[in-house]
Amino acid sequence: MKNTLISKTIKGVSLAIATSALSLSAMAADIKPAVVYSDAGKFDKSFSEAVWNNGVKRFMDETGIEVKEAEPTNLAQVEQYLKRLAKRGHSPIVAVGFSQTNAVLAAAQEYPDTQFTLLDGWAPEPNVQNVGFKEHEGSFLVGVLAAMKSESGVLGFVGGMDIPLISAFGCGYEQGAKYQNADIKVIQNMTGSTPAAFGNPSKGAELTRSQMESGADVIFAAAGGTGTGVYQAAADAGKYAIGVDSNQNHLHPGTMLTSMVKRVGEATYLSYTSAMEDNWQAGPVTLGLAEGGVDWALDEHNRPLITSQMEARVNDIKAKIIAGDIVVHDYRTDNACTY
Amino acid sequence: MKRDTRLAWINGLLLPLLNVLTAFAATAVLFLLIGVNPLEAAETLLYGAFGYSEGIGYTFYYTTNFIFTGLAVAVAFHAGLFNIGGEGQAYIGGLGAGLAVFMLFPELSPWLMIPASVLGAMLFGGAWASVPGYLQAYRGSHIVITTIMFNFLAATLMVYLLVKVLREPGQMTPQTVLFPDNAWLPFVHDILPAFGLEMERSPLNLSILLAVFMCFLVWFFLWHTRLGYAIRVTGLNPHAAVYGGINQKKIIVVAMCISGALAGLVGINELIGYHHRIIMNFHLGYGFGGIAVALMGRNHPFGIVIAALLFGTLYQGGAELAFEWSNISRDIVVVMQGLVILFCGALEYMYKPTLIRWLAPVQEVRS
Repeated sequence: MKNTLISKTIKGVSLAIATSALSLSAMAADIKPAVVYSDAGKFDKSFSEAVWNNGVKRFMDETGIEVKEAEPTNLAQVEQYLKRLAKRGHSPIVAVGFSQTNAVLAAAQEYPDTQFTLLDGWAPEPNVQNVGFKEHEGSFLVGVLAAMKSESGVLGFVGGMDIPLISAFGCGYEQGAKYQNADIKVIQNMTGSTPAAFGNPSKGAELTRSQMESGADVIFAAAGGTGTGVYQAAADAGKYAIGVDSNQNHLHPGTMLTSMVKRVGEATYLSYTSAMEDNWQAGPVTLGLAEGGVDWALDEHNRPLITSQMEARVNDIKAKIIAGDIVVHDYRTDNACTY
Repeated sequence: MKRDTRLAWINGLLLPLLNVLTAFAATAVLFLLIGVNPLEAAETLLYGAFGYSEGIGYTFYYTTNFIFTGLAVAVAFHAGLFNIGGEGQAYIGGLGAGLAVFMLFPELSPWLMIPASVLGAMLFGGAWASVPGYLQAYRGSHIVITTIMFNFLAATLMVYLLVKVLREPGQMTPQTVLFPDNAWLPFVHDILPAFGLEMERSPLNLSILLAVFMCFLVWFFLWHTRLGYAIRVTGLNPHAAVYGGINQKKIIVVAMCISGALAGLVGINELIGYHHRIIMNFHLGYGFGGIAVALMGRNHPFGIVIAALLFGTLYQGGAELAFEWSNISRDIVVVMQGLVILFCGALEYMYKPTLIRWLAPVQEVRS
């Protein structure tokens, strides 16, 4: 009885694998892509969700190729999933988030023929594409916008987990704000020191309220799921908020000033399509303003809030950053916000 | 006399078993609701946990962590203390293990290096737990409040250290450099070939032997030493302890130190055994899981091994479920683990009155 069940299951699973393999080979160049989301979860309204929405889902919709998805709950599972996917012939495998760095290193060494794309991390192996983003450049732009919009002369920044990556957002934001208005004050708070800090909307709202009490009238959140609380608190008080990673302008039209979009989804999508076209390349890929990897978001939801003067100014500064006339300091290079 | 053995049998074996089965039944209903055949899901889970050597390795690797934290909770519990700071103690224990490695000479023999790191983990974990212990014993601050606050302190301290002080230069990720390889506890898959056995790579390392050894040690300590006796008396009846001349305050601090030291050993399994560097958040979930493990294992080392194995199975088998079944998300796996904790922890005595009425009715008349 038990044995028949086991064999039935195995048959079922192998049938499923066989059919999915069939649908792959029916389409273009035979790639078996996969993705391992960050341990914050696939639907975090921000980082991982951007990978899903603009990368994985888009690729599946456009090509009909199935992308195998895995959602780990701890670090040991990340490595387990990466290796399992590689073992089953999946490639390229997109690893989402810096916390997967060690796991990608280990998996890439064990499976040298598999292509790994690591977002936000640095794993120097010949079969790993390391995609980094210049978050400080995009944050600089939204800092300029915030400084132009602010009437109180005080800005707020709510970070997620207190790590250099998040400080880079805050530091870029501060530089942009000070570039626009040297006298402006930027209050910075981190939500916490554990990964839970990326999923704590009530704490985000609390920090936002205390920043608004100190006079802040534009608040930028770089805090994953915590951001939803920040935007809500700002909307309730009639102050402005700035979204992050995904374009979050639609969340509270009227108070969402803009979003600092980080195109992790596009990076994922490109990784898959380049593998299909056989020109996937290992090594570092750094996506800044010039490459469209980061940007500020303007759409119908925040159009009324952005004056033509603001738009012209920010686009002018964007061009200057791209041209190298303005150099935005990256917090991560020396662990300090000196500029 | 007869009633006592019967009750022990009901309490120790039948009740936990029934609780687990109830949890599985509830899970089965849940699976039916989302359109998954529970039997097939169970097959996937069991195959994932025990069906191939890599899966077995992962199962026992998780089990090792749960044994350490389960023992930690149990020792504190015998002294009447509810230590929910296992998370923080495990985290700081990892720091102790790592610092021991970095402070010692890199060319030191592994035979000295690894015991030193074990000592470092126990020392740091114990010291971290001693503060809430002291506050409880001498200042009356409730241990539940202080230990959970110390979890946050541990997380903040570790982020500070890993970001500002110990971070590997040039690396974005807050983590230290790799330990020298004389500080690597061997993997089981590297050891087994010497005995003519083959095993796929997994994080399972020799820490599991340490875990088994600690079970014996804790059992011997609690039931066969004077200090262990003092701890149990303090937990069972503090007034009797005082009357019997036991320094209750001292016992509370000592029990917390031992508890923290055991939790700190998670750092050995995770860092010395697997990651080979100090990383962030290697400890997440095991400290709290240990509470359920200790409850289910009736605070006895033998029961803890069984309960830890159940949790290890759920962790690894659950990962397999979420991976293989597209309509089972990782959150369903968490719900599944939550149901086990609910029925074995919160509702642990649900069946007890009924069982006693059925299985040991004579004695009720007598008393």
